[in-house]
Amino acid sequence: MKNRSKFPMFVTIGVLVFLYAPILVLIIYSFNDSRYPGAWQGFTLKWYRTLLEANSVEARDIWRATRNTLLVAFCATIISMVFGTLAAWAMYRFRSRLQSLHQMLVYAPLVVPDILMGISLLMLFVNVNMSLGLTTIIISHTTFCISYVALVVLGRLQDFDHTLVDAARDLGANGFAVCVRILLPLLGPGIAAGGLLAFTLSVDDFVITFFTAGPGSTTLPVQVYSMMRHGTPTLINALSVIFIIVTFSVVIFSQRVLQKRDNSHPHI
Amino acid sequence: MSRKWREWTITLPSMGWLVFFFVIPTLLVCGIAFKNRTINGGIGEGWTLDTWLNVIQPSYPLVVWRTLWLSGLTTLICLFFSIPVSYWLARLSKEARNWMLLLIILPFWTNFLIRVFAWWSLLHSQGWLKQALVWLGLASPEAQLLYNEWAVLLVLVYTYIPFAILPLFASAEKFDFSLLDAARDLGAGKLRAFVSVFIPGISQGMITAFVVVFIPVLGSYAIPDIVGGPTSEMIGNKIAQNVFVDRNLPHASALATLLALVVLLPVLYSIFTQRRQKRSTGRRS
Repeated sequence: MKNRSKFPMFVTIGVLVFLYAPILVLIIYSFNDSRYPGAWQGFTLKWYRTLLEANSVEARDIWRATRNTLLVAFCATIISMVFGTLAAWAMYRFRSRLQSLHQMLVYAPLVVPDILMGISLLMLFVNVNMSLGLTTIIISHTTFCISYVALVVLGRLQDFDHTLVDAARDLGANGFAVCVRILLPLLGPGIAAGGLLAFTLSVDDFVITFFTAGPGSTTLPVQVYSMMRHGTPTLINALSVIFIIVTFSVVIFSQRVLQKRDNSHPHI
Repeated sequence: MSRKWREWTITLPSMGWLVFFFVIPTLLVCGIAFKNRTINGGIGEGWTLDTWLNVIQPSYPLVVWRTLWLSGLTTLICLFFSIPVSYWLARLSKEARNWMLLLIILPFWTNFLIRVFAWWSLLHSQGWLKQALVWLGLASPEAQLLYNEWAVLLVLVYTYIPFAILPLFASAEKFDFSLLDAARDLGAGKLRAFVSVFIPGISQGMITAFVVVFIPVLGSYAIPDIVGGPTSEMIGNKIAQNVFVDRNLPHASALATLLALVVLLPVLYSIFTQRRQKRSTGRRS
């Protein structure tokens, strides 16, 4: 193929430039000595200093929001890992009317726009007189995380060799032993991958949190939003850069680990 | 333990959770749309159709129409650029492909609001993009790049293009590229081969890409809220406005029900086409 068109390559390069340019500009702006995004006023580290010195009002709010975000993500991840794995196992193991209904229920939150989930959960909490706070955010996040965990684990289960379970049973293992010694070690990577996805989705979520958060339970995205609306947009730049560094290193690290595992166990 | 009983025990946790926190709330929203609001922003007793009559007021058809065309155009633009990208990715070596995919997904892992904010500061009247356009003579110094429909469209495309690339790539990866050579040998031009052989070959990916871009865009709220203005509101903004500003929960519920109905159409369409496809492949085997 000599005269293959160069057009798709140019489009790809264009798309990559389009994807990265705003992030690059954001990083440059974070060192800009100007209160508002705009002309270059000189190099400064003061935004990072404000964030890290933790005695300013903004810094205190941000760190509290960070703590809330991590707490919510942690709880939602743990609950959805348990429920999502059970759901995946049920859908993998049984083929029945009940399971097709179950499957529909698990997939539905994946296609419903965030704002619909946000408003419907808000209506539920309002109707049962539950005060909005961290608990309502955790419940909401768990609701969409279950589906993602179930999806990832179910994907891994497709390559699962069920004869291993039969073999263990023939050798006298009871249900509990099969779970702990066969299922969990084999499904571990899948469950972990689902949990990682749930964690990042929870940390990233803005719309559903915005609808179900109460006063004092601000998470980081909601905090960024209110800073954008009224306050110090330039501080967001520095915060974003810290955020980007953390997420990029986590993603690249987990990618490395997953790739290595895939290479050591080639699929046949 | 009987098999049936075992099935129920492992199905019940997730099913119960989803019934309680997904199905019931959704039904609740549909129900509240038929209620009145109380003076202090609560939900009144008794049933009424007033909320629906208020929803069909003159300004809403415009908002619904804008939501539809912005979502449709966003999806089209995303597909238009993602198809060549998926084509190019599918022909790379396995290692290069993995790195390119990572490169495409990576921005998606940065916080969504931060990416919207990045565009906000670029398009801002003092922002670099604005300044560059003025310098090039493409925009007047007074021109406002933010707070209009085009800014919303741009940021929507930016946010959702990775969602279109991934399913298209998954299809393109399975595509048999020798079919393209065959088409060329039979006299088709480059473009002709691409359009009438490659594009039908990745139709399944196109349907998935359509669903995963079009539906979330229909419900978008944060993007039009931040880079859009009063003339570029979408249904999502109206829902939020009724919840947080006007304190009119029944009205917000009616709008949400309307949005849910709009969303249901493409979902039913994709289920229908998938079922038909499954049936036809089933017949073949």
